[in-house]
Amino acid sequence: MGGLRCAEALRRFGYTGAITVIGEESWKPYNRPPLSKEVLAKEVSHQAVAFEERSATADVNWILGTKAVSLDVEHNTVTDSDGQTHRYSALVVATGLRPKRVVVENSELANRFALRTLDDAMALREQLQPGRNVVIVGGGFIGCEVAATATKLGANVTVIHNASHPMLRQLGDELASQMQLRHEAEGVRFLLKRSVDDLIGETSITGVKVDDGEILDCDVLVEAVGSLPNVEWLSNNNIDRNDGVLVDSAMRVTRKDGSPIKNVFAIGDIARFANPLFDGVPRRVEHWNMPTETAKRAASVIAAMLTEAPSYPGILDDDFKPLPSFWSDQYENHLLAFGLTSLADRAELAQGDIGGDCVFEYYRENQLVGVCGIGMRAAVQSYRSKFI
Amino acid sequence: MIKIEVDMTKCQHYGQCVFEAPNIFRLNNDDKLEYTAVADDSERANVEAAVDVCPMQAIRIVE
Repeated sequence: MGGLRCAEALRRFGYTGAITVIGEESWKPYNRPPLSKEVLAKEVSHQAVAFEERSATADVNWILGTKAVSLDVEHNTVTDSDGQTHRYSALVVATGLRPKRVVVENSELANRFALRTLDDAMALREQLQPGRNVVIVGGGFIGCEVAATATKLGANVTVIHNASHPMLRQLGDELASQMQLRHEAEGVRFLLKRSVDDLIGETSITGVKVDDGEILDCDVLVEAVGSLPNVEWLSNNNIDRNDGVLVDSAMRVTRKDGSPIKNVFAIGDIARFANPLFDGVPRRVEHWNMPTETAKRAASVIAAMLTEAPSYPGILDDDFKPLPSFWSDQYENHLLAFGLTSLADRAELAQGDIGGDCVFEYYRENQLVGVCGIGMRAAVQSYRSKFI
Repeated sequence: MIKIEVDMTKCQHYGQCVFEAPNIFRLNNDDKLEYTAVADDSERANVEAAVDVCPMQAIRIVE
């Protein structure tokens, strides 16, 4: 997605030269969030989630089913998994994340799933049948969305989560415990402050051993325990790869000594940057609108640089402070949030009723850092102007 | 002029488009999306941004 949005924005900002996109997946870019929500509940297909192609990017050279395996910033080359070497004037690193997996002794079992790609969703969809015992490890947003979808499809769902409530880090105690109640009312069982000791089964999974000794029947295991940035291929270039890739406000990749590499950019989930809306601490933000926002920022700089526009290098100093946004659908609960609620030290009910639709404000000391609502979208929307 | 289409079978009324193109999109009192289907060319950049940020990819510009 970041690669596609960057290519589109490069054209919009006046760059007319060649653009090549190298992607590990064989699919053209598609929209990931529905994979754990409505698409997983209905028919999973590329057509259902593909981004519409635009005429401005019809001449982009797509190299799909091939991954970038090494980078040489001295010689401006990328080598791919087919052994081809590509020279660049500017490089955009948009290699995203891969799911972490549960680490156990008995690990070589069928019917273990992670959910990141369309292929993952297609494989999982086949297994979510009525009456199946589905165990989900990880009660974050992906885990809870899969729990809701699997429950609606008639599966028996248990969520094993390491904190005291699902989605606690983003929602805070009060809203997280409220969402837990709503899941439990639909039949989901939560094992909280628990982890997986081992898996049971010979070829296919049949059970999960929890760290308190309980054994759960399990036909399908879904592992939603977070992600790892795909940045290993950038090694040997002296790049700061401590949790994603450190970039400056122009999305330029930064060396370990803090200096930017002028023609190498990173965008999306892997880009770690300081957002002046909050503070000066560089962070990766895995919210959905970040690939688009960072792609546009990088493209504006790249287009100015490559077309030798008068705006370069002044454009490097332009403000970049995108407002993170996320949403989630779980049963009839539609959550919409802005900001970085996970930075907050307290949350306050601002509107509505905790048992129904409501809006929470999230504060770090006295700074409003986020807002989240169940329903009440217009009210949540109205907060955007408080950030920007 | 540009013509805008929103697939209301896909739209989940998240309102992300409202901030990109406030002259075109709005959420009504029931939290439902309303929009203006025909707009001046000067709105094109805003509407393209709205197309990009729509979580459901429900918005299209019909040339």
